[in-house]
Amino acid sequence: MAAPDISCDVLVAGGGNAALCAALSAREFGADVLVVEAAPSEFRGGNSRHTRNMRCLSDAYGEDEFMADLLRVTGGRTDERLARIAIRASSDAQVWMKRQGVRFQPAFAGTLHLGRTNAFFLGGGKALLNAYYEAARRCGIRVLYNAEVTGLKPCGATVQVGGNPVEIRAKAVVLAAGGFEANIEWLKEAWGDAAENFLIRGTPFNKGRVLKLVLDAGAQPVGDPKQCHAVAIDARAPKFDGGIVTRLDCLPLGIVVNREGVRFYDEGEDLWPKRYAIWGRLVAAQPGQIAWSIVDSKVVGKFMPSVFPPVKADSIRELACTLGLPVDAVQTTVKHFNECVRPGQFDHTALDDCRTEGLTPTKSHWAWAIDTPPFLSYPLRPGITFTYLGVKVDESANVVMCDGTTAPNIFAAGEMMAGNILGQGYLAGFGMTIGTVFGRIAGKQAALAAR
Amino acid sequence: MPPADVLPEGERLMTICNSCRYCEGFCAVFPAMERRVVFKEADLNYLANLCHNCGECFHACQYAPPHEFAVNVPKVLAEIRAQSYRKYSWPFLTGGAWWLAPAFAVPSLAFTPYAGIPKGVMVSVFGAAAFLVLLSWGIGLRRFLKEQTTNPPLRPRAFFDALKDVLTVSNLSSHGAGCTYPSERHSQARRWFHHLTFYGFALCFASTSTAAMYDNFLGRHPPYPYLSVPVVLGTLGGVGLIAGPLGLLALKMRRDRRLVDPRQDRMDFSFIALLLLSAITGLALMIFRATPAMSRLLAIHLAVISALFVTFACGKFVHGIYRSAALLRSALEQRSGNEREHGREG
Ligand SMILES: Cc1cc2nc3c(=O)[nH]c(=O)nc-3n(C[C@H](O)[C@H](O)[C@H](O)COP(=O)(O)OP(=O)(O)OC[C@H]3O[C@@H](n4cnc5c(N)ncnc54)[C@H](O)[C@@H]3O)c2cc1C
Ligand code: SF4
Ligand code: SF4
Repeated sequence: MAAPDISCDVLVAGGGNAALCAALSAREFGADVLVVEAAPSEFRGGNSRHTRNMRCLSDAYGEDEFMADLLRVTGGRTDERLARIAIRASSDAQVWMKRQGVRFQPAFAGTLHLGRTNAFFLGGGKALLNAYYEAARRCGIRVLYNAEVTGLKPCGATVQVGGNPVEIRAKAVVLAAGGFEANIEWLKEAWGDAAENFLIRGTPFNKGRVLKLVLDAGAQPVGDPKQCHAVAIDARAPKFDGGIVTRLDCLPLGIVVNREGVRFYDEGEDLWPKRYAIWGRLVAAQPGQIAWSIVDSKVVGKFMPSVFPPVKADSIRELACTLGLPVDAVQTTVKHFNECVRPGQFDHTALDDCRTEGLTPTKSHWAWAIDTPPFLSYPLRPGITFTYLGVKVDESANVVMCDGTTAPNIFAAGEMMAGNILGQGYLAGFGMTIGTVFGRIAGKQAALAAR
Repeated sequence: MPPADVLPEGERLMTICNSCRYCEGFCAVFPAMERRVVFKEADLNYLANLCHNCGECFHACQYAPPHEFAVNVPKVLAEIRAQSYRKYSWPFLTGGAWWLAPAFAVPSLAFTPYAGIPKGVMVSVFGAAAFLVLLSWGIGLRRFLKEQTTNPPLRPRAFFDALKDVLTVSNLSSHGAGCTYPSERHSQARRWFHHLTFYGFALCFASTSTAAMYDNFLGRHPPYPYLSVPVVLGTLGGVGLIAGPLGLLALKMRRDRRLVDPRQDRMDFSFIALLLLSAITGLALMIFRATPAMSRLLAIHLAVISALFVTFACGKFVHGIYRSAALLRSALEQRSGNEREHGREG
């Protein structure tokens, strides 16, 4: 391989959705673009490779409803100007994406409950990225893999390419290198040693290095530095990159006990999506950051098949034994739970009237006695999806410094600035919308700045 | 991978896919998978025969190797498919049928210097062969169907759906973009070469049938003029049957080997070689039919066709039989509204 040319108009740090959208837009506006991706080519694409859909404005899903959904999940922690930019551009973005070769999945009747609000990528996020990388190849964008940004300069960056430092000169830089969810040390600052037991659902390459560099350079932070989006996933999942298949959907259909064999939260509190977003944090707060979902055979088939097989037993005693849980405690928990279950009409698709009475914590829906063997259990751990901390940007995706000025020629997109819009909470598919819209804005502005 | 390990590996992969489902829009395999929760041999054989090895789901898979889940659906389904052929095929499955062409050519050529092959012999040999081929397909199909423990209700519309899928090879079109064959880039090439092969073959078959009809019922005996129905059909078909397999061969040589079950290469190449040979010898026969070489050419052509007949029953041709049966089953399942119920986000 020839030594890489180390100057370009626009340098894009990162290789996920936001980065590629920025790179392709910058190229559209005439810039000579270089993408530096920390991962090797087989693992390119960051967390975006694990995604499935993006939230889009459509005839069926208007701006007001979209905005209302956002305000509800963030509790108002959003920059409404930026949010409306993302929302308004989301339907146009699809047209642009198709032009780059991205394909969307035709809707299957009655299968996808998010079909009204979200557009699904045919084949998922990795297929989307393959299309973008292919488009990038076609229009002459250079891509370096195994290329980690380790230093930022006023006119470029230091990049470790396959371990060798390379100085790259650029007229403008787009930062799209994701959050710090794969950086256990950094997570520990907020969560203490408990973070050692967290599983990272996405790429091991999002260590927040670029985020730290730009914050250290004086950029203004946004988003809660101590929060991350975490769901309960199967404890047997790999440490990194387990993605979507490690998720467990059976929690509301049974009970969840901790290492002491005791319940600790209302499993029937709410319908998706709220109930998932809290369980990561709940399990993280338990001793050893581990818990077990216990269901009986009545609910088998009522939740998405799971990738790891359940631990099965014919009695609760045997189940507790196999799981290595205190047998008496688990038996008491189940017995007491069963006694407190009130009769009702079980319906796992709605907030039904099956609940407990006289139980703490209560189970407010889908409370069905756990009495029909075989009994099944899945071990749970917190699985981190993303972190909220990012840098403040303006409408041009220009990075805003602590003193309120904008950093000339430095732009940010995707997870690195999503905290401007999604200060807390989670809105399915909005991460990719923000990355696409602000990736395109950042790319265009960077190209204009480089002229 | 030894055959014994292929089924557990298929089960492992389908379990991962079934809790992921990102690929459900690509082809018929994934919706069929989603209608199931367990993946026993019968299910895997069915899914494997639905798979066209287009490669889409490999390139799109976030769990493809080097990820530790090492998901490679096209390759594993290809291995299971090969095993299912061996299981269903009657009387046996062979990858070496191309050998039979020269083997048959010897006795057949031995005949010609004296009297040419008597018509009666020809008709009875090929009549018997055709009967055996049909019998073999019938037995294979019965084995495929019997293995399936449930049977979806019969809906007439589903037959049309399946016919369309078979005739257009819609599962290779991937919604118009073409499939990822031979490389990661989308292309319609494989589908078009398959069409050339399939329709080329169909035209050759039609040509032979019309010729037989002319000869036996209409009293019009060969050779037929260049613009007669049998010759026009045969020429068009022959050209398709040369261009198609050559194209498929060229693509196959450039195929990303990660997605290939190498143990099937022999069977595939054997089939392609025999199709090519039958088209070439057929066209040669037509061109030189008025020369003294005619009887020898006929002998060689018939030898090739005989070997091709063996692949119909015991070689790669069976992919079309089981693929069609699987597509029909999939269409029936779809029409019977046994829909997938779950979906998961983020
Ligand atoms: C399992 C899972 C499923 C999800 N599903 C959805 C969904 O369906 N819809 C949705 O909207 N959101 C979803 N999300 C959230 C979504 O992944 C993010 O919102 C989105 O991917 C962010 O895109 P990005 O480009 O900013 O970051 P990423 O895609 O994570 O890209 C960051 C890139 O930066 C690179 N990088 C990191 N550090 C450096 C460095 N120092 N130098 C160079 N490169 C570096 C990384 O290698 C990576 O390529 C999901 C997340 C997970 C984990
Ligand atoms: S092949 Fe990979 S991406 Fe596709 S459904 Fe299976 S696990 Fe998911
Ligand atoms: S290789 Fe193609 S046909 Fe086979 S399962 Fe994958 S997407 Fe479907």
